[in-house]
Amino acid sequence: MMSGEVYRFAGDFMATSALSATLSDNGALVERHWQELNLRRRTYTFLGLALLAMALSGSLWFANATNAGKFFDRLPYFFDFVGDLVPRDGAEIGRAMFDLPSPYDDGSLKYNYPEGRMYLTDTFYVPEYFYKMLETVNIAIFSTIFGMFFGFILCFFAARNLMPNPWVRGLARRFMEILRAFPEVVIAGFFLAILSLGPIPAMIAVSIHTVGALGKLFFEVVENADMKPDEGLRAAGGNWFERVWFGIVPQVLPNFMSYFLLRLEINVRASTIIGAVGGGGIGEPLRLSISQGHEAKTLAIVILLFSTIIAVDQFSAWLRRRLVGDQAFQLAQ
Amino acid sequence: MTASTMMNAAQMEAIAARHPHLLKGSSSKSIRTALIFAGIALYMIYSWWFFSIGQVLVNANWGIAGTYLADWVSYEVRPDIKIATDGTMQVVYPRYSPLGPNAKPEWVRIETKRVDRTIDVPAVTQQDVPKKGSSFSFMAPNSAVGSNAEAGARTETRTEEVVSRATINFNSTTSIDVADGKVAATHNGETLLIDLDRATGVKPEGALPEWATQKRPGEKITVAFGMTGWADVDVEKISIHNRFPGWANFIFDTNSPFFNKSFGEVTNLIVSGERLDPSRSNLSLAWNNILYNSEWQHLDVWTKLLQTIVMAFVGTLFASIIAFPLCFLAARNITRNGVLNQVTKRFFDFLRSVDMLIWALFFTRAFGPGPLAGMSAIFFTDTGTLGKLYSEALENIDDKQREGVKSVGAAPLAVQRFGVLPQVLPVFASQALYFWESNTRSATIIGAVGAGGIGLKLWEAMRTNSDWENVCYMVILILIVVFIFDSVSNLLRSRLMGQKTH
Repeated sequence: MMSGEVYRFAGDFMATSALSATLSDNGALVERHWQELNLRRRTYTFLGLALLAMALSGSLWFANATNAGKFFDRLPYFFDFVGDLVPRDGAEIGRAMFDLPSPYDDGSLKYNYPEGRMYLTDTFYVPEYFYKMLETVNIAIFSTIFGMFFGFILCFFAARNLMPNPWVRGLARRFMEILRAFPEVVIAGFFLAILSLGPIPAMIAVSIHTVGALGKLFFEVVENADMKPDEGLRAAGGNWFERVWFGIVPQVLPNFMSYFLLRLEINVRASTIIGAVGGGGIGEPLRLSISQGHEAKTLAIVILLFSTIIAVDQFSAWLRRRLVGDQAFQLAQ
Repeated sequence: MTASTMMNAAQMEAIAARHPHLLKGSSSKSIRTALIFAGIALYMIYSWWFFSIGQVLVNANWGIAGTYLADWVSYEVRPDIKIATDGTMQVVYPRYSPLGPNAKPEWVRIETKRVDRTIDVPAVTQQDVPKKGSSFSFMAPNSAVGSNAEAGARTETRTEEVVSRATINFNSTTSIDVADGKVAATHNGETLLIDLDRATGVKPEGALPEWATQKRPGEKITVAFGMTGWADVDVEKISIHNRFPGWANFIFDTNSPFFNKSFGEVTNLIVSGERLDPSRSNLSLAWNNILYNSEWQHLDVWTKLLQTIVMAFVGTLFASIIAFPLCFLAARNITRNGVLNQVTKRFFDFLRSVDMLIWALFFTRAFGPGPLAGMSAIFFTDTGTLGKLYSEALENIDDKQREGVKSVGAAPLAVQRFGVLPQVLPVFASQALYFWESNTRSATIIGAVGAGGIGLKLWEAMRTNSDWENVCYMVILILIVVFIFDSVSNLLRSRLMGQKTH
């Protein structure tokens, strides 16, 4: 299909330079036909673009009309957040990050860095934001492992080549679809109401979403697996469990691990966001410090979060490349 | 047949002896596997301790979880039976009862009688006013309260109609009957008789059945009938919670003139009825009442949902428009300038790694809460992600087509247009579609921090812990939207990419 398109484009390109050439009757017919096709294609493209432009302008108008501040009134403030990130002096960032006392301390929340210290012994403490960041990363790792475990079990029931029964397969797939599409924020909110504040609602929410997301990716991998080992095991009289465990799992495991790592990257972000709406971790102090305008704290958290995300991304990319080579870098959510 | 393929033990061992490396994995590999599993197990134990999961799960209020879940798809009507000192009763509905004012449901049967009563009218002090307002509103109109403010305490004799017997039928096998200071609660053939006495408190006759609980003798008894409802029986008040499946007043709220009318009646009114409001037709009144239904807030919910969709659409569209020219700068086979490649790529990484949440919080401060903030957040993050993916797609193109176009002497721009673009355009479009779909989901979440859309509304509905049915309604709408977008985007992508979807 792609190469066909190239010929068409190339023809398009060539036609402009060969307009005046005289053609035979047959050639003229082909030429006319081609012109018609071309015209139709252009009309469709134009119509599509016009439709898109209409949808876009309508959306923009709607968004502007329902927003609290109007776009053009607020546009000058677009880069205000840069101002939110400039502390009184550069060392403040370090003090905020490591919970050292600030010389500007006036008793307000803005400079009360040492209050967040988490003392492990009498003198040794973990700075608040490092602890919170650790919490977020732990939420992500725990829920990814949890999701991997249940996604792993579910995926074999959803794969066409291993589960001939369409009812079981359909049930497993619908179940995973619902887990995936159910808004995380609702699960977190629901468990927040039952379990009270803390990181566990976020963990449950991210875990449930991960089961659905990984399960889907996993069963697609399983469906693309080579069935020859499975046939061999079947011929030797292996039961379903043996066929899956010895025939399929060894060949899909590297891909599973790769998706696991990819999901880990996504989950670090997801658990930060869930944290911001009340589920523990770094998200909440970030939201508070931005809304209250604490520059040094905000910048400290942003730097911490930024470097954590980059570190996790790099680590996962390195490991994935080792596991499955370059082809691991597909889209996944 | 089978006999020929079956091997005896000696043959098997012979095969095993011939290929030892196949049947016995290397010891380092098995040790590594064991280590990995042990590490994961240790990590899970550590997390269990780190978050004190066990403790939280034990302390959780699981009883309430069932109620909240039931609230998703059902509603309660909560009449109170108030018992005065002389044993006469009143049935009172709360102010925002789903049955509306002046409710006389069939499942509450009352017998009334007329009595002469002497009541103490206490001096009304300023702080008492709001409290008295609700309990006295049924019998004493406002004027009485007003005069009392000056008159002080006195007694008054009135002839009143009071409830002498009240029967609440939860369903055919469950009911509560209250008369003469005695409560008879029947559930599945068992009847519990309870004596109410101001001096000694609440006293059950005989042993409590399984469905009734009392913490201490004399205190209130709670009778729970599972999904049909429950009730608190106390000396002065019996609180009934009767649960019905479904969503109450989903179309018209209790203030609407169409409230409690059947579908046929409403259609009749709209098609041929007298105007309820002289200034406009019944159709526009009905539509207006639906949109501004005070409990379900349909218009607001739909507006917020549309905001979420618009945020994802505009954000992704702008992101792909900006990422499109930039990715040509970032791809090292298109722009042969290492510095420029690296700068653009690091710029993409920066946009992507500053999380969508951070952008959302910043732009909420710039634009105020609303879809503009969410839109900008999605736009910034996805410019990074799409730019990265686009430049990777460009770096993986087939060079032959480019060379072909170049060999006929095309200008550099024409080389890109005819040699490169046809190869990557379907990939670009497919990735933009994928992100449009996935952003519809993430827009819900960043909405909850104030960046517009249905997220905030969802979050507010959850915070009160009493509007779970609204949460359910919004979740269903979100699921519908996500499924529609999922299938549309899958369809478009599979058409763009041939049959291959990913």
